[in-house]
Amino acid sequence: MNVGVIVFPGSNCDHDCQHVFQDVLGQSVRMIWHKETSLAGIDAVILPGGFSYGDYLRTGAIARFSPVMSAVKAFAKDGGAVIGICNGFQILLEAGLLPGAMLRNRSLHFICKDVHVRVENAATAFTGACQPGQVLKIPVAHADGNYYTDPVTLAAMQANAQIVLRYCTAEGAVTPDANPNGSLDNIAGIINPEGNVLGLMPHPERCAEEILGNRDGKLIFQSLLKAMKVNV
Amino acid sequence: MPLVITKELIAQHNLTDDEFKKIVEILGREPNLTELGMFSVMWSEHCSYKSSRVHLKKLPTTGPRVIQGPGENAGVVDIGDGLCVVFKMESHNHPSFIEPYQGAATGVGGILRDVFTMGARPIALLDSLRFGGLDTAKNRHIVKGVVAGIAGYGNCMGVPTVGGEVVFNDIYSLNPLVNAFCLGVARKDKIFLGTAAGVGNPVIYFGSKTGRDGIHGATMASDSFDDQSEKKRPTVQVGDPFQEKLLLEACLELMAGDLLVGIQDMGAAGLTSSSCEMASRAGNGMDLDLTHVPRREPGMTPYELMLSESQERMLMVAKAGKEEECIRICQKWDLDVAVVGKVTGDGILRVLDQGKVGAEIPAKSLADDGPRYERPFSPPGYQDMLTNLNYDALPDVKDANAALLALLESPTIASKRWVYEQYDHMVRTNTMVRPGSDAAVVRIKGTNKAVAMTVDCNSRYCLLNPYEGARLAVAEAARNLACSGAEPIGLTDCLNFGNPERPDIMWQFVMAIEGMKDACEHFKIPIVSGNVSFYNETNGLSIYPTPMLGMVGLIESADQAMTQWFREDGDDIILLGATREDLGGSEYLKVQHSREQGSPPYLNLETEQAVQSCLLQLIRAGRIQSAHDCSDGGVAVALAECCLSGPNRTRGAVVRLTPGRQRNDSVLFGESQSRIIVSAKPAQRQAILELAQQMGVPAGVIGAVGGASLVIYLGDDRSTTKTVDLSIATLADRWGCSLERKLNQE
Repeated sequence: MNVGVIVFPGSNCDHDCQHVFQDVLGQSVRMIWHKETSLAGIDAVILPGGFSYGDYLRTGAIARFSPVMSAVKAFAKDGGAVIGICNGFQILLEAGLLPGAMLRNRSLHFICKDVHVRVENAATAFTGACQPGQVLKIPVAHADGNYYTDPVTLAAMQANAQIVLRYCTAEGAVTPDANPNGSLDNIAGIINPEGNVLGLMPHPERCAEEILGNRDGKLIFQSLLKAMKVNV
Repeated sequence: MPLVITKELIAQHNLTDDEFKKIVEILGREPNLTELGMFSVMWSEHCSYKSSRVHLKKLPTTGPRVIQGPGENAGVVDIGDGLCVVFKMESHNHPSFIEPYQGAATGVGGILRDVFTMGARPIALLDSLRFGGLDTAKNRHIVKGVVAGIAGYGNCMGVPTVGGEVVFNDIYSLNPLVNAFCLGVARKDKIFLGTAAGVGNPVIYFGSKTGRDGIHGATMASDSFDDQSEKKRPTVQVGDPFQEKLLLEACLELMAGDLLVGIQDMGAAGLTSSSCEMASRAGNGMDLDLTHVPRREPGMTPYELMLSESQERMLMVAKAGKEEECIRICQKWDLDVAVVGKVTGDGILRVLDQGKVGAEIPAKSLADDGPRYERPFSPPGYQDMLTNLNYDALPDVKDANAALLALLESPTIASKRWVYEQYDHMVRTNTMVRPGSDAAVVRIKGTNKAVAMTVDCNSRYCLLNPYEGARLAVAEAARNLACSGAEPIGLTDCLNFGNPERPDIMWQFVMAIEGMKDACEHFKIPIVSGNVSFYNETNGLSIYPTPMLGMVGLIESADQAMTQWFREDGDDIILLGATREDLGGSEYLKVQHSREQGSPPYLNLETEQAVQSCLLQLIRAGRIQSAHDCSDGGVAVALAECCLSGPNRTRGAVVRLTPGRQRNDSVLFGESQSRIIVSAKPAQRQAILELAQQMGVPAGVIGAVGGASLVIYLGDDRSTTKTVDLSIATLADRWGCSLERKLNQE
């Protein structure tokens, strides 16, 4: 599989995503500079975490205008698989590829820690290697991960099973205390109605190797490979 | 405008009459205002090390692994596989008091530039912080601002802040300390130095535009504070981490090609220091034409341009003919870039502005011929009063449960989770041991290795005995690395002291240097970089002497990284090392008796080394499950930390300690050195005790992991009194949440 990792000037998880796909999963990776306009030959696109253009305005608010995002939108419209992680999720929201918006964390602080998320929909291209209801431990690291959308959109997402990951306790209970940032309905990750675009705040690329003490994140990437019918 | 250099003007520039005379001698004439400004920053304490240099020379700086010792932007140490680590620690104390967020943020920015300017990609940050007590709103404001500033800068840069330490003492209320440590990895054959070699080579400015911020930052950092210090806010720089991220990537891309002769960041003293230091190192001169310097606003004078400390700027000397390629790379990263001069052979730093000469100074005189002072030093009259403590007048501990809880919620000992959860400590996916263990451990991708890092200094020990305090700091740092399974390979220091013009402060400094020297020579740990911060004094009150150490260790096989927390119920708890009656200078005396007195704990370097060697052998043989050093709060606090600090769950423990003839409080809370709590499967017991005996290390099984409480029996086998009996839930609440509660009080 050819994975394209988009590199905005302030991306800082681009190397981490490259490392996971290339060195852990043995896939080929192309780093795609934000000024590029073509995604020819790419099978899946990753929008990595970071601070795209500094994010002094609103997270991802400038990134949506970058040249590469037109190509990403076209790629997604054609059914191409797109994963936005953390800042990548924020950019997908700003670009309109996913519904909703991010607010500052409830604590108003940057939060970096392990959290638990429950797989609410295991029948997607990004969760197919997980069991329904499986609890994954994955770290978050963000200041703006407090997901919000209007009630109508939320109801639609719930009805379409677009809410893929929700913050939960280690035992899998979705509770206010398990919610690290105040996110609406404990939302940690969502997909579009077509099911080919995933945005999630937790960083699965940070927990995909035994040496880092946790491999839960690898399941997300393995799901993608499975959906793309790649043998690993 | 003709300008007379008056006495007032000289004094405003923090120069003495003698220093001014020397300037006139060097130039053969009076300086103009620009030149006076340039001399004043380069000859400031901060840039010239004029009070410290004669003593710093005593420190051991060489070793088989050392590739670059002090004198460059950062030190470089070989780790094999064609790779090296590049690291340094630096203070940003004064700015962080005046403007906590920006002061701390730009401290992080500065140390990052010091590392990537050498050709290394930064992979880890640590911070050592000192604040006043949390009972005043002002101190809480400083803590929150500093932590947010560090987070704001490091997180955006994508360099993980993997560890550090935070200590609270009212002595730091008006002089908080912010010491930032950074480590990067580079290829051994791709190290870049700050040198302006090759006459005729172009000098290229890149990064942010130059503004009027931070003018005289270095001079501010070389002065004491008084009640008017708030007015110095305009001398604090403002950081832009996004710009620095661009600068980092551009630098690494420039360095990947065959384009550069030398490169240096514009830190303290900005364009002045980078230009004259690079020229001086190569024995050359440099012509700088300020007309081409990118600037934020019109009307800036040569004085302002040369002294600005605007952040995120670099100066490089390119190979002739490579200008276009360099400019193309900088423009790719949307950076301002301009050829601003060339290397000359006459040794003069010549500053031109609009065709006129604005300054003409021998580069070497500016960079290296600053004054050197052998300042007088003598112990303060109060020193004996500090060390003499009549322990008989202090009652032994009555309620050990209450005493332990009080220690665990003292902010110096309490969990720093509130702090490190604001730092991205996992980005770059190398962090094997996260903040909250004795040392942080990051793997080195592409190898089987990992490096461990720790920052340490007990400044109370240093107050009570600066020589012993510095030795103790070296020993503790090495012990923290050993507890992580690492062997020390190098050290960087950040020496925070009061006003060096006072003989008592200078005495503290000289004694601390001697202590560091002796300990480093004993352990064969080279000091490869460092920084001195004097004048940490406000209204005549100095901080405790705080020679902060950042020590780096190597773990040859990454899977042998060790952590401090108990891992399995039923494991033996073994104490390596002997417990003496060492209450002096302890956190216990401060918390329970409000005393910061006595002699710091006894340290024997041979014993220390034996304990550390024994521990490393145990780790490498796979015999133990955890290792934690006993420091602030003694064995009782160390045991609680072993129970509480695990990332997944807490564990209980039942322990028996035998006081012999010692006081109970000393057995529980005394800070005897060279002691480590390890846990191991019972099947390993015999092998562990045998190895310890062979190596002459006292060792004994003191208890077992398990249960829902921490129980400590004090006395021989017959004693059935639970001196400490606290539920893990209570301990976790007090230790885990008290810092946040204290910070959020109204």
